[in-house]
Amino acid sequence: MTAKNKKLIAILLAIVVVMVAAPFLALRGAEFGGSDDAGSVMVEEIKGEAYEPWFTPVLENMIHGEIPGEIESLIFCLQTGIGVGVIAFLMGRFYERKKWEDGKASASADVPDHVRVSEA
Amino acid sequence: MKRRQNQVVKALLALCAVFAVAPAANAMHIMEGYLPPVFCVAWGVVCLPFLYLGFTVLNKNVKENRKSMTLIAMAGAFVFVLSSLKIPSVTGSCSHMTGTGLGAILFGPCAVSVLGLIVLVFQAILLAHGGLTTLGANCFSMAIAGPVLSWLIYRGLSKTNVNKKLTIFLAAALGDIFTYCVTSLQLAMAYPSAEGGMMASAVKFLGVFAPTQLPLAVIEGILTVIVVIALESFAKSELKMIHFKAE
Repeated sequence: MTAKNKKLIAILLAIVVVMVAAPFLALRGAEFGGSDDAGSVMVEEIKGEAYEPWFTPVLENMIHGEIPGEIESLIFCLQTGIGVGVIAFLMGRFYERKKWEDGKASASADVPDHVRVSEA
Repeated sequence: MKRRQNQVVKALLALCAVFAVAPAANAMHIMEGYLPPVFCVAWGVVCLPFLYLGFTVLNKNVKENRKSMTLIAMAGAFVFVLSSLKIPSVTGSCSHMTGTGLGAILFGPCAVSVLGLIVLVFQAILLAHGGLTTLGANCFSMAIAGPVLSWLIYRGLSKTNVNKKLTIFLAAALGDIFTYCVTSLQLAMAYPSAEGGMMASAVKFLGVFAPTQLPLAVIEGILTVIVVIALESFAKSELKMIHFKAE
């Protein structure tokens, strides 16, 4: 990776951190509310009456109630974990491979010409 | 900092400021049981050809070279991570990104439909987030419409002189936003307003989704650029395999 790209990535990551943290820090008291509410509120507003979903999520059916918040965040973590695991594993492989290939290339470049001929 | 980067930062800050005053809202997939059955089936049917083509494309890539599997896994994992992270937005509520831009850029929009479907099924069953009945509609908005736009933007701008990283940023960010525009339209089609009909509803739903999603789309664009830079640095041979033009 070139130095220029490294710097760019550092800057971009900093922007991302700021963008995520800023609303959270600036809007004190905001709820950063749950997932599905606003859409359903809007549906009711447009219909002008309470809307009863005609199908409840499978898991909620099974446990006869909503998924507890902590369990939900556990499953969200699981999803993140799976994703990060795959990305980190593959990136690690790519990174080491690049290092190994670069090492090999520079090693063979160092070998004097007469040695290479005798190898062939 | 270079002048252009300086301008980008300023533009981003301005964007944040504009949306700091927007009303509170949440933006997510369409909830379970919130679309009439006819729409559920219709959207499902619309998705089928894309999914079929997606399987074909992935199959072809893997057959051509098994090593392209790593990039497919990478694109899928990217969708997994980004759609699991609920990010606080300037509107005072949370939403999540889609992560489909990367896959669309690497493999085309059809392949992403398959990857997106996996995530949607995971969330619908385990998280009661989105839903099985609305799977078709959500699949269309997140895994087809958004990626198609990302891919078109990427393809279109690649032919011009526009900076490669900027192209990728725009493709991913606009694809993310477009996903939520389509979601609004889908809800509006099912729930037209008494006055003003479908378009009035669409505007209302968009008012709920868009302000929250905009800053997240910017973040998604940035993250996609970072991953592509990393791939171009360390996985050149794989990118070449799938005919991705490195810088």
